[in-house]
Amino acid sequence: MVEKSLNKNISESEENNLNKTAPKSENKNPEHPYIKYLRKDRLPHIFCNGCGNGIVLNSFFRGMESAKMDLNEIAMVSGIGCSSRIPGYVKCDSLHTTHGRAISFATGLKVGNPDLNVVVFTGDGDAASIGGNHLIHGARRNINLTVVCINNNIYGMTGGQISPTSPEGSFGTTAPYGTTDKPFNLSELVTAAGASYVSRWTTVHPLQLSNSIKKALLTPGFSFVEVISQCPTYFGRKNKLRTPVDMIRSFKENSINKRRADKMEDKELIGKIIVGEFVNKPRAEFSDNVCNLSMQECGKKHATKSAYLENSENL
Amino acid sequence: MIKVDPNLCKGCDLCIETCPEHVYDKSSKLNKKGVYLPCPKREKDCTKCHLCELMCPDQAISVTEDEEDDQVDNINDDEKSDQTDNATDEKTLKETTDV
Repeated sequence: MVEKSLNKNISESEENNLNKTAPKSENKNPEHPYIKYLRKDRLPHIFCNGCGNGIVLNSFFRGMESAKMDLNEIAMVSGIGCSSRIPGYVKCDSLHTTHGRAISFATGLKVGNPDLNVVVFTGDGDAASIGGNHLIHGARRNINLTVVCINNNIYGMTGGQISPTSPEGSFGTTAPYGTTDKPFNLSELVTAAGASYVSRWTTVHPLQLSNSIKKALLTPGFSFVEVISQCPTYFGRKNKLRTPVDMIRSFKENSINKRRADKMEDKELIGKIIVGEFVNKPRAEFSDNVCNLSMQECGKKHATKSAYLENSENL
Repeated sequence: MIKVDPNLCKGCDLCIETCPEHVYDKSSKLNKKGVYLPCPKREKDCTKCHLCELMCPDQAISVTEDEEDDQVDNINDDEKSDQTDNATDEKTLKETTDV
Protein backbone atom coordinates (compact mmCIF):
# COMPACT_ATOMS: atom_id res chain seq x y z
CA MET A 1 0.00 0.00 0.00
CA VAL A 2 2.75 2.37 0.99
CA GLU A 3 4.62 1.67 -2.22
CA LYS A 4 1.46 2.28 -4.24
CA SER A 5 0.77 5.54 -2.48
CA LEU A 6 4.39 6.56 -3.05
CA ASN A 7 4.04 5.72 -6.73
CA LYS A 8 0.85 7.72 -6.87
CA ASN A 9 2.56 10.67 -5.24
CA ILE A 10 5.43 10.44 -7.67
CA SER A 11 3.12 10.19 -10.66
CA GLU A 12 1.07 13.14 -9.39
CA SER A 13 4.17 15.21 -8.87
CA GLU A 14 5.34 14.29 -12.36
CA GLU A 15 2.00 15.33 -13.77
CA ASN A 16 2.19 18.61 -11.90
CA ASN A 17 5.65 19.20 -13.31
CA LEU A 18 4.41 18.38 -16.79
CA ASN A 19 1.50 20.75 -16.40
CA LYS A 20 3.80 23.47 -15.19
CA THR A 21 6.25 22.99 -18.02
CA ALA A 22 3.65 22.59 -20.77
CA PRO A 23 2.92 26.31 -21.36
CA LYS A 24 6.64 27.09 -21.28
CA SER A 25 7.38 24.47 -23.92
CA GLU A 26 4.60 25.96 -26.11
CA ASN A 27 6.34 29.30 -25.91
CA LYS A 28 9.64 27.69 -26.76
CA ASN A 29 8.18 25.91 -29.78
CA PRO A 30 6.16 28.56 -31.57
CA GLU A 31 3.99 27.38 -34.43
CA HIS A 32 2.71 28.93 -37.62
CA PRO A 33 -0.32 31.10 -36.70
CA TYR A 34 -2.76 29.13 -38.84
CA ILE A 35 -1.62 25.63 -37.94
CA LYS A 36 -4.27 25.61 -35.19
CA TYR A 37 -6.93 25.33 -37.93
CA LEU A 38 -5.24 22.31 -39.54
CA ARG A 39 -5.24 18.61 -38.67
CA LYS A 40 -1.71 18.29 -37.37
CA ASP A 41 -1.58 14.52 -37.70
CA ARG A 42 -1.93 14.84 -41.49
CA LEU A 43 0.90 17.34 -41.92
CA PRO A 44 3.12 17.82 -43.90
CA HIS A 45 0.51 17.89 -46.64
CA ILE A 46 0.66 16.12 -49.98
CA PHE A 47 1.22 19.24 -52.13
CA CYS A 48 4.45 19.53 -54.11
CA ASN A 49 7.35 21.69 -53.10
CA GLY A 50 6.31 25.33 -53.69
CA CYS A 51 2.68 24.62 -54.60
CA GLY A 52 0.35 27.62 -54.35
CA ASN A 53 -2.42 25.75 -52.53
CA GLY A 54 -0.79 26.33 -49.14
CA ILE A 55 -0.60 30.09 -49.76
CA VAL A 56 -4.30 30.17 -50.66
CA LEU A 57 -5.04 28.22 -47.49
CA ASN A 58 -3.12 30.79 -45.39
CA SER A 59 -4.90 33.66 -47.12
CA PHE A 60 -8.27 31.98 -46.56
CA PHE A 61 -7.62 31.70 -42.81
CA ARG A 62 -6.53 35.34 -42.68
CA GLY A 63 -9.68 36.40 -44.53
CA MET A 64 -11.81 34.20 -42.27
CA GLU A 65 -10.29 35.76 -39.15
CA SER A 66 -10.83 39.30 -40.43
CA ALA A 67 -14.44 38.42 -41.33
CA LYS A 68 -14.78 37.30 -37.67
CA MET A 69 -15.95 33.83 -38.63
CA ASP A 70 -15.28 30.55 -36.92
CA LEU A 71 -14.57 27.14 -38.43
CA ASN A 72 -17.72 25.89 -36.60
CA GLU A 73 -19.86 28.08 -38.88
CA ILE A 74 -18.09 27.01 -42.05
CA ALA A 75 -18.48 23.87 -44.15
CA MET A 76 -16.05 23.15 -46.98
CA VAL A 77 -16.97 21.34 -50.17
CA SER A 78 -14.57 20.20 -52.85
CA GLY A 79 -14.45 18.07 -55.97
CA ILE A 80 -11.46 16.26 -57.40
CA GLY A 81 -8.00 17.66 -57.98
CA CYS A 82 -4.93 18.93 -56.16
CA SER A 83 -6.70 22.01 -54.80
CA SER A 84 -9.73 19.94 -53.84
CA ARG A 85 -7.61 18.13 -51.28
CA ILE A 86 -7.47 21.28 -49.14
CA PRO A 87 -10.65 20.63 -47.06
CA GLY A 88 -9.16 17.32 -45.90
CA TYR A 89 -6.51 19.22 -43.96
CA VAL A 90 -8.84 21.73 -42.26
CA LYS A 91 -10.52 21.10 -38.89
CA CYS A 92 -14.07 21.69 -40.11
CA ASP A 93 -16.99 19.79 -41.61
CA SER A 94 -16.18 18.98 -45.19
CA LEU A 95 -17.51 17.13 -48.21
CA HIS A 96 -15.17 15.58 -50.76
CA THR A 97 -17.44 15.00 -53.73
CA THR A 98 -17.39 13.76 -57.31
CA HIS A 99 -15.42 15.45 -60.06
CA GLY A 100 -16.88 18.83 -61.01
CA ARG A 101 -20.01 18.49 -58.87
CA ALA A 102 -18.80 20.40 -55.83
CA ILE A 103 -21.08 23.40 -56.50
CA SER A 104 -24.14 21.13 -56.89
CA PHE A 105 -23.43 19.39 -53.57
CA ALA A 106 -22.81 22.76 -51.95
CA THR A 107 -26.17 24.03 -53.26
CA GLY A 108 -27.93 21.18 -51.49
CA LEU A 109 -25.98 21.85 -48.30
CA LYS A 110 -26.78 25.58 -48.38
CA VAL A 111 -30.49 25.16 -49.09
CA GLY A 112 -30.75 22.42 -46.43
CA ASN A 113 -29.13 24.61 -43.78
CA PRO A 114 -29.12 28.29 -44.85
CA ASP A 115 -27.31 29.36 -41.66
CA LEU A 116 -24.13 27.56 -42.73
CA ASN A 117 -21.36 29.40 -44.58
CA VAL A 118 -20.49 27.05 -47.42
CA VAL A 119 -17.08 27.42 -49.02
CA VAL A 120 -16.17 25.54 -52.18
CA PHE A 121 -12.53 24.88 -53.04
CA THR A 122 -12.08 23.89 -56.66
CA GLY A 123 -9.40 23.90 -59.28
CA ASP A 124 -9.59 25.03 -62.87
CA GLY A 125 -10.08 21.50 -64.21
CA ASP A 126 -12.82 20.86 -61.68
CA ALA A 127 -14.73 24.14 -62.05
CA ALA A 128 -14.10 25.11 -65.66
CA SER A 129 -14.06 21.88 -67.64
CA ILE A 130 -16.12 19.05 -66.15
CA GLY A 131 -18.05 21.33 -63.80
CA GLY A 132 -18.37 24.25 -66.21
CA ASN A 133 -22.16 24.12 -66.37
CA HIS A 134 -22.52 23.83 -62.60
CA LEU A 135 -20.32 26.91 -62.23
CA ILE A 136 -22.22 29.16 -64.63
CA HIS A 137 -25.63 28.02 -63.39
CA GLY A 138 -24.53 28.47 -59.78
CA ALA A 139 -23.63 32.05 -60.70
CA ARG A 140 -26.88 32.54 -62.65
CA ARG A 141 -29.06 31.40 -59.75
CA ASN A 142 -26.88 33.42 -57.37
CA ILE A 143 -26.60 30.80 -54.63
CA ASN A 144 -24.98 32.09 -51.44
CA LEU A 145 -21.68 30.24 -51.78
CA THR A 146 -18.06 31.29 -51.62
CA VAL A 147 -16.15 29.62 -54.42
CA VAL A 148 -12.36 29.76 -54.25
CA CYS A 149 -11.04 28.57 -57.61
CA ILE A 150 -7.32 27.81 -57.58
CA ASN A 151 -6.32 28.14 -61.21
CA ASN A 152 -2.92 26.62 -61.98
CA ASN A 153 -3.47 26.54 -65.76
CA ILE A 154 -2.90 22.78 -66.02
CA TYR A 155 -4.17 19.39 -64.82
CA GLY A 156 -1.50 18.88 -62.16
CA MET A 157 -2.78 15.73 -60.47
CA THR A 158 -3.12 13.57 -63.58
CA GLY A 159 0.21 14.40 -65.19
CA GLY A 160 0.22 17.83 -66.79
CA GLN A 161 -2.49 17.77 -69.45
CA ILE A 162 -3.70 21.05 -70.97
CA SER A 163 -6.72 22.47 -69.13
CA PRO A 164 -9.39 24.92 -70.42
CA THR A 165 -7.50 27.79 -68.79
CA SER A 166 -4.00 27.04 -70.15
CA PRO A 167 -2.72 30.19 -71.87
CA GLU A 168 -2.37 30.16 -75.66
CA GLY A 169 1.03 28.80 -76.68
CA SER A 170 1.78 27.06 -73.37
CA PHE A 171 3.15 23.52 -73.31
CA GLY A 172 1.82 20.42 -71.59
CA THR A 173 2.03 16.65 -71.95
CA THR A 174 -0.94 16.74 -74.36
CA ALA A 175 0.41 19.77 -76.23
CA PRO A 176 4.09 19.18 -77.06
CA TYR A 177 3.99 21.92 -79.73
CA GLY A 178 2.02 24.41 -77.61
CA THR A 179 -1.74 24.91 -77.42
CA THR A 180 -3.52 26.83 -80.14
CA ASP A 181 -6.81 27.14 -78.25
CA LYS A 182 -8.03 30.29 -76.58
CA PRO A 183 -8.33 29.83 -72.79
CA PHE A 184 -11.38 30.55 -70.62
CA ASN A 185 -11.33 33.85 -68.79
CA LEU A 186 -13.01 32.44 -65.69
CA SER A 187 -13.67 35.69 -63.85
CA GLU A 188 -15.33 37.31 -66.86
CA LEU A 189 -17.31 34.13 -67.54
CA VAL A 190 -18.73 34.12 -64.02
CA THR A 191 -19.31 37.89 -64.17
CA ALA A 192 -21.34 37.46 -67.35
CA ALA A 193 -23.29 34.61 -65.73
CA GLY A 194 -24.43 37.03 -63.00
CA ALA A 195 -22.38 36.43 -59.83
CA SER A 196 -22.58 38.91 -56.94
CA TYR A 197 -18.87 39.18 -56.19
CA VAL A 198 -15.97 38.29 -58.50
CA SER A 199 -12.28 38.96 -58.03
CA ARG A 200 -9.02 37.57 -59.32
CA TRP A 201 -5.61 37.58 -57.64
CA THR A 202 -2.43 35.60 -57.89
CA THR A 203 -0.45 33.86 -55.14
CA VAL A 204 1.93 36.87 -55.13
CA HIS A 205 -0.90 38.98 -53.66
CA PRO A 206 -1.70 37.15 -50.38
CA LEU A 207 -2.89 40.29 -48.56
CA GLN A 208 -5.22 41.46 -51.33
CA LEU A 209 -6.41 37.88 -51.71
CA SER A 210 -7.29 37.57 -48.02
CA ASN A 211 -9.18 40.90 -48.12
CA SER A 212 -11.12 39.71 -51.10
CA ILE A 213 -11.89 36.36 -49.43
CA LYS A 214 -13.21 38.34 -46.45
CA LYS A 215 -15.50 40.32 -48.78
CA ALA A 216 -16.56 37.12 -50.55
CA LEU A 217 -17.48 35.46 -47.24
CA LEU A 218 -19.55 38.47 -46.15
CA THR A 219 -21.26 39.10 -49.50
CA PRO A 220 -24.68 37.43 -49.82
CA GLY A 221 -24.93 35.65 -53.15
CA PHE A 222 -22.51 33.79 -55.38
CA SER A 223 -18.99 35.04 -54.67
CA PHE A 224 -16.16 33.81 -56.84
CA VAL A 225 -12.48 34.31 -56.04
CA GLU A 226 -10.09 33.14 -58.73
CA VAL A 227 -6.49 32.63 -57.65
CA ILE A 228 -3.82 32.20 -60.30
CA SER A 229 -1.49 29.70 -58.68
CA GLN A 230 1.84 28.12 -59.52
CA CYS A 231 2.36 24.49 -60.45
CA PRO A 232 6.14 24.21 -60.73
CA THR A 233 6.02 20.44 -61.10
CA TYR A 234 4.02 20.32 -64.33
CA PHE A 235 3.24 23.80 -65.69
CA GLY A 236 6.61 25.22 -64.71
CA ARG A 237 8.65 22.27 -65.92
CA LYS A 238 7.02 22.33 -69.36
CA ASN A 239 7.15 26.12 -69.73
CA LYS A 240 10.73 27.01 -68.71
CA LEU A 241 9.73 28.10 -65.18
CA ARG A 242 11.20 25.17 -63.29
CA THR A 243 11.29 26.51 -59.74
CA PRO A 244 8.50 28.06 -57.63
CA VAL A 245 10.59 31.24 -57.42
CA ASP A 246 10.67 31.55 -61.24
CA MET A 247 6.90 31.16 -61.38
CA ILE A 248 6.36 33.74 -58.63
CA ARG A 249 8.60 36.20 -60.49
CA SER A 250 6.66 35.69 -63.71
CA PHE A 251 3.39 36.42 -61.85
CA LYS A 252 4.90 39.60 -60.41
CA GLU A 253 6.07 40.79 -63.83
CA ASN A 254 2.87 39.94 -65.70
CA SER A 255 0.09 40.96 -63.31
CA ILE A 256 -1.67 44.26 -63.95
CA ASN A 257 -4.41 45.78 -61.86
CA LYS A 258 -7.82 46.00 -63.51
CA ARG A 259 -8.05 49.79 -63.17
CA ARG A 260 -4.81 50.16 -65.15
CA ALA A 261 -5.73 47.44 -67.62
CA ASP A 262 -9.04 49.15 -68.48
CA LYS A 263 -7.10 52.06 -69.97
CA MET A 264 -4.75 49.84 -72.00
CA GLU A 265 -5.25 48.39 -75.47
CA ASP A 266 -5.81 44.71 -76.20
CA LYS A 267 -2.41 44.31 -77.85
CA GLU A 268 -0.60 45.44 -74.71
CA LEU A 269 -2.53 42.95 -72.57
CA ILE A 270 -1.40 39.80 -74.40
CA GLY A 271 0.20 37.44 -71.88
CA LYS A 272 -0.76 39.61 -68.91
CA ILE A 273 -2.78 38.58 -65.86
CA ILE A 274 -5.46 41.14 -65.00
CA VAL A 275 -5.98 41.16 -61.24
CA GLY A 276 -8.46 43.00 -59.06
CA GLU A 277 -12.12 43.16 -58.23
CA PHE A 278 -14.39 42.50 -61.21
CA VAL A 279 -17.88 42.78 -59.69
CA ASN A 280 -19.32 43.72 -56.31
CA LYS A 281 -23.09 43.91 -56.87
CA PRO A 282 -25.12 41.92 -54.33
CA ARG A 283 -28.61 40.96 -55.53
CA ALA A 284 -31.45 38.62 -54.43
CA GLU A 285 -30.04 35.29 -53.39
CA PHE A 286 -31.22 31.72 -54.10
CA SER A 287 -31.47 30.16 -50.59
CA ASP A 288 -33.27 33.27 -49.27
CA ASN A 289 -35.74 33.02 -52.15
CA VAL A 290 -36.37 29.33 -51.31
CA CYS A 291 -36.90 30.17 -47.61
CA ASN A 292 -39.30 33.00 -48.46
CA LEU A 293 -41.28 30.73 -50.79
CA SER A 294 -41.59 28.00 -48.15
CA MET A 295 -42.65 30.60 -45.56
CA GLN A 296 -45.39 31.76 -47.96
CA GLU A 297 -46.61 28.28 -48.84
CA CYS A 298 -45.99 26.22 -45.66
CA GLY A 299 -45.39 28.79 -42.94
CA LYS A 300 -42.04 27.15 -42.15
CA LYS A 301 -38.53 28.19 -43.11
CA HIS A 302 -37.63 24.67 -44.22
CA ALA A 303 -40.06 23.03 -46.62
CA THR A 304 -38.37 19.64 -46.34
CA LYS A 305 -39.64 17.01 -43.91
CA SER A 306 -36.79 16.20 -41.55
CA ALA A 307 -37.06 13.27 -39.17
CA TYR A 308 -34.58 15.03 -36.90
CA LEU A 309 -36.66 18.21 -36.70
CA GLU A 310 -39.95 16.35 -36.05
CA ASN A 311 -38.37 14.36 -33.21
CA SER A 312 -37.07 17.52 -31.66
CA GLU A 313 -40.53 19.10 -31.87
CA ASN A 314 -42.07 16.08 -30.09
CA LEU A 315 -39.52 16.35 -27.32
CA MET B 1 12.11 35.24 -33.13
CA ILE B 2 11.92 33.37 -36.43
CA LYS B 3 11.63 29.61 -36.42
CA VAL B 4 11.50 27.22 -39.36
CA ASP B 5 10.03 23.79 -38.68
CA PRO B 6 12.37 21.21 -40.28
CA ASN B 7 9.61 18.59 -40.33
CA LEU B 8 7.26 20.73 -42.42
CA CYS B 9 9.57 22.75 -44.69
CA LYS B 10 9.99 21.40 -48.23
CA GLY B 11 12.61 23.95 -49.29
CA CYS B 12 10.66 25.91 -51.92
CA ASP B 13 12.62 29.14 -51.18
CA LEU B 14 9.52 31.35 -51.51
CA CYS B 15 10.34 33.00 -48.15
CA ILE B 16 13.84 33.87 -49.38
CA GLU B 17 12.33 35.43 -52.51
CA THR B 18 9.45 37.34 -50.93
CA CYS B 19 11.02 38.75 -47.74
CA PRO B 20 11.21 42.53 -48.31
CA GLU B 21 14.15 42.87 -45.91
CA HIS B 22 16.12 39.87 -47.28
CA VAL B 23 16.31 38.21 -43.88
CA TYR B 24 16.63 34.64 -45.13
CA ASP B 25 19.52 32.80 -46.75
CA LYS B 26 19.58 29.27 -48.08
CA SER B 27 21.54 26.96 -45.79
CA SER B 28 24.49 25.13 -47.30
CA LYS B 29 23.76 21.79 -45.62
CA LEU B 30 21.05 19.28 -46.46
CA ASN B 31 18.90 18.20 -43.53
CA LYS B 32 17.84 14.60 -42.93
CA LYS B 33 14.85 15.00 -45.27
CA GLY B 34 17.06 16.18 -48.13
CA VAL B 35 15.98 19.83 -47.93
CA TYR B 36 18.10 22.99 -47.92
CA LEU B 37 16.25 24.87 -45.17
CA PRO B 38 15.95 28.67 -45.21
CA CYS B 39 18.10 30.23 -42.52
CA PRO B 40 17.13 33.61 -40.95
CA LYS B 41 20.68 34.99 -40.95
CA ARG B 42 19.82 38.71 -40.76
CA GLU B 43 17.11 38.38 -38.12
CA LYS B 44 17.89 41.88 -36.80
CA ASP B 45 16.51 43.36 -40.04
CA CYS B 46 13.14 41.66 -39.53
CA THR B 47 10.27 44.15 -39.24
CA LYS B 48 7.69 41.48 -38.21
CA CYS B 49 5.54 42.04 -41.28
CA HIS B 50 4.60 38.30 -41.22
CA LEU B 51 4.67 38.11 -45.04
CA CYS B 52 6.87 34.99 -44.95
CA GLU B 53 4.27 33.27 -42.74
CA LEU B 54 1.54 34.08 -45.28
CA MET B 55 3.68 33.02 -48.23
CA CYS B 56 4.86 29.75 -46.66
CA PRO B 57 2.86 27.02 -48.46
CA ASP B 58 3.81 24.42 -45.85
CA GLN B 59 2.98 26.41 -42.68
CA ALA B 60 6.56 25.90 -41.48
CA ILE B 61 7.57 29.45 -40.46
CA SER B 62 6.61 31.19 -37.25
CA VAL B 63 7.55 34.77 -36.44
CA THR B 64 6.99 35.77 -32.82
CA GLU B 65 7.63 38.92 -30.86
CA ASP B 66 10.84 38.98 -28.81
CA GLU B 67 11.23 40.23 -25.29
CA GLU B 68 13.32 43.09 -26.68
CA ASP B 69 10.39 44.10 -28.87
CA ASP B 70 8.25 44.56 -25.77
CA GLN B 71 10.75 47.16 -24.62
CA VAL B 72 10.52 48.85 -28.01
CA ASP B 73 6.76 48.90 -27.66
CA ASN B 74 7.14 50.50 -24.25
CA ILE B 75 9.36 53.17 -25.75
CA ASN B 76 6.74 53.79 -28.41
CA ASP B 77 4.10 54.07 -25.71
CA ASP B 78 6.26 56.63 -23.95
CA GLU B 79 6.58 58.59 -27.17
CA LYS B 80 2.83 58.41 -27.67
CA SER B 81 2.23 59.68 -24.16
CA ASP B 82 4.71 62.49 -24.89
CA GLN B 83 2.80 63.36 -28.02
CA THR B 84 -0.50 63.41 -26.15
CA ASP B 85 1.11 65.58 -23.49
CA ASN B 86 2.25 67.96 -26.20
CA ALA B 87 -1.23 67.98 -27.69
CA THR B 88 -2.78 68.82 -24.32
CA ASP B 89 -0.15 71.53 -23.86
CA GLU B 90 -1.10 73.02 -27.20
CA LYS B 91 -4.77 72.90 -26.25
CA THR B 92 -4.12 74.68 -23.00
CA LEU B 93 -1.99 77.24 -24.86
CA LYS B 94 -4.84 77.85 -27.33
CA GLU B 95 -7.28 78.22 -24.49
CA THR B 96 -5.04 80.71 -22.75
CA THR B 97 -4.53 82.65 -25.97
CA ASP B 98 -8.28 82.66 -26.67
CA VAL B 99 -8.91 84.01 -23.23
